[in-house]
Amino acid sequence: MFPVIRKSAFVLIFFLTGTLLMMLTVIDAMTKQSSTRDSLNQRAMLVKEFGLSDLALSTEARYTRHLTLADRHSAFQDHPTSFDHFPSGSIFLPPSQLTHD
Amino acid sequence: MIEFFRKQAYLIDFTMSSLLRRKGKNFGLLLVYTLIVFMLASVMLFSHSLRKEAGIILQQSPEIIVQRLVAGRHALIPAEYIQKMGRLRGVTSKKGRLWGYFYNPVVKANYTVMAPDHLDLSTTEVIIGAGIARTIGLGIGDYFTMRSNNDTFSFQVKDIIERNSELVTTDLVLISPKAYRVITGIPEGQFTDIVLSVRNPREVRKVAEKLVQKLPDIRPVLREEILRTYDSIFAWRQGIVFVLLIGALLAFVIFAWDKASGLSAEEKREIGILKAVGWESADILHMKFWEGIIISLSAFMLGYLAAYLHVFYSSAVLFESVLKGWATLYPQFKLVPFIDGLQIATLFFFTIFPYVVATIIPIWKASVTDPDAIMR
Amino acid sequence: MLISLSDINKVFNQGKHNEFHAIRDISLHIEAGKVTCLKGSSGSGKTTLLSMIGCLSRPTSGRITLENKILSGLPERFLTDIRRHTFGFIFQKFNLLQGLSVLENVMLPAYPLGLNHKDLKASAQKLISHFGLDRVMNNPVEWLSGGESQRVAICRALINDPQILIADEPTANLDTRLSQEFMGLLDELRKTGKTILITSHDPIVFNSPVVDRIVEMQDGQIMES
Ligand SMILES: Nc1ncnc2c1ncn2[C@@H]1O[C@H](COP(=O)(O)OP(=O)(O)O)[C@@H](O)[C@H]1O
Ligand SMILES: [Mg+2]
Repeated sequence: MFPVIRKSAFVLIFFLTGTLLMMLTVIDAMTKQSSTRDSLNQRAMLVKEFGLSDLALSTEARYTRHLTLADRHSAFQDHPTSFDHFPSGSIFLPPSQLTHD
Repeated sequence: MIEFFRKQAYLIDFTMSSLLRRKGKNFGLLLVYTLIVFMLASVMLFSHSLRKEAGIILQQSPEIIVQRLVAGRHALIPAEYIQKMGRLRGVTSKKGRLWGYFYNPVVKANYTVMAPDHLDLSTTEVIIGAGIARTIGLGIGDYFTMRSNNDTFSFQVKDIIERNSELVTTDLVLISPKAYRVITGIPEGQFTDIVLSVRNPREVRKVAEKLVQKLPDIRPVLREEILRTYDSIFAWRQGIVFVLLIGALLAFVIFAWDKASGLSAEEKREIGILKAVGWESADILHMKFWEGIIISLSAFMLGYLAAYLHVFYSSAVLFESVLKGWATLYPQFKLVPFIDGLQIATLFFFTIFPYVVATIIPIWKASVTDPDAIMR
Repeated sequence: MLISLSDINKVFNQGKHNEFHAIRDISLHIEAGKVTCLKGSSGSGKTTLLSMIGCLSRPTSGRITLENKILSGLPERFLTDIRRHTFGFIFQKFNLLQGLSVLENVMLPAYPLGLNHKDLKASAQKLISHFGLDRVMNNPVEWLSGGESQRVAICRALINDPQILIADEPTANLDTRLSQEFMGLLDELRKTGKTILITSHDPIVFNSPVVDRIVEMQDGQIMES
């Protein structure tokens, strides 16, 4: 299988490469963070300009589109903290103002 | 010292040879384990980055959004409410907003329609989000139609909102307030909600309390609540993550149980042979330790790296369908990668530690028994 | 005198209903550089005695000494250490590790010593070619014939250069020609100064001129020395 190198050497090289690549992801993340700062700011400015309150991840219903503006009686219809039947409801929590205070 | 390292190298040699004997089984095992790590790591990276991003950009949301409730439902808010609020200390501006949703049955898409008054839009012009433009195939200058009761209104696309802001604007339709009132029939003097700017963030709660005292039928939504919501949005214990984790754990428990419930006669004999030819119990445990490390660390590294590529280089395609659900509009966005060291460390620990323990424990008993059985 | 046993007893399942007294009051001296053969019918306790001598198990009572060091009563770690430096084992069923190559099987006993890999590999290769196994060096052991397997087992027993070789019924799985060949190999090893301890009920073994001394056993006891 590994005719040239010893198996333990292969394992060592494999894990070193893995570690290196993992460090590379951290470096990649940091460079991306600084190189995309402008577009992040641009999004933030749009949020300010139009008074946006939510991410446009799930556009299927008003209470998944504007999670934070969902009220007690429209979203999560069966129970204040139960989920609706949209798939995205299975990953979003109900908005915190419904579960806190 | 050098002996120690050499010895570990030999033990790894042996473990590898021994793993490679059952190539199919062990690669299958590695694949499944990698897949579990991949899913968990994808969810972690995706949700953490999204949470970070939301935390940064939603910092610019209005300090307070005031909604009116009628019979417990969100209703239009009359412009007089702005006057009724009166002077509130710390509030620098009060503004009524017009916005709502529009469902286009043809493409089965739900738009968020906003009518901001600061844009220089004529009544026949519209600015649309990039997601809409993509979904219905519109360009600048094309016509965009919206139907109301029995009229159909056409607007010329004046502009398309920057593609790199799709995460917040993909489904936006911006039209003039005048046109919006005509289409929706919202009379003059009524708004969807009112936004307040508050100069000092520490005063926001006070302002909200005063508002509710003055106007009992309103509900203020605070920016800190918005931020809090997005901070906990993909909370760990919830939804898919939960299911994934349970599934992964269950698979793991079954696997560990299977291993612990008894070594095969073959494995026992091998341990006997190793002891008979001069291996100590500790050597055998070390060797098994390496076996656990090789499988679990490989799964961790491969799974994490694949997850990183998935989330940040393929825009998390696997999550798209879940988030999109029944919607036809989905933002195309490149998440800014934010990595949470603690999360990754947790994943590392839960990938490596239980697996290594489950590999070693059953060996323990076999490795401390006398090896004379193999003479028979 | 190299190994001496005094009043060795081995009781299996002591205190239980199926208690079995496999070795009774055996005292025996084994000399260095000689080939000693334990002869006896099946079930007479040869293997049990051999595994106690080889530190694979402990006597229930009695004392075993190796060059005046008392072995019985040492903790496992020390026993293992003595076992791997002093004894080389050739088992009846060869007990090679399936799926590993001949070379790996031969090197196996030396792994915990942490020797230089090049040196270890070279000495293993030397042993392997000495026993005429060059051709199959990198084959997995399950491809080997019975005679080849036995020679691999001998190589493995020799890799740590032990003083004493222990072979339990080494010819049980071999035909006459291979058995005689094996005795030839033993003779060669004896000439290099190894002490050899062998059990058998095969006449080819105990009638062989290679064997210096025959110890006959019956029902866990020695009949004559
Ligand atoms: N672990 C054990 N438990 C109970 N009895 C055993 C055990 N091992 C060996 N015996 C018994 O001890 C006797 C001697 O066995 P053994 O030393 O293998 O004989 P030999 O090698 O001369 O054929 C046999 O009767 C066998 O059944
Ligand atoms: Mg026997």
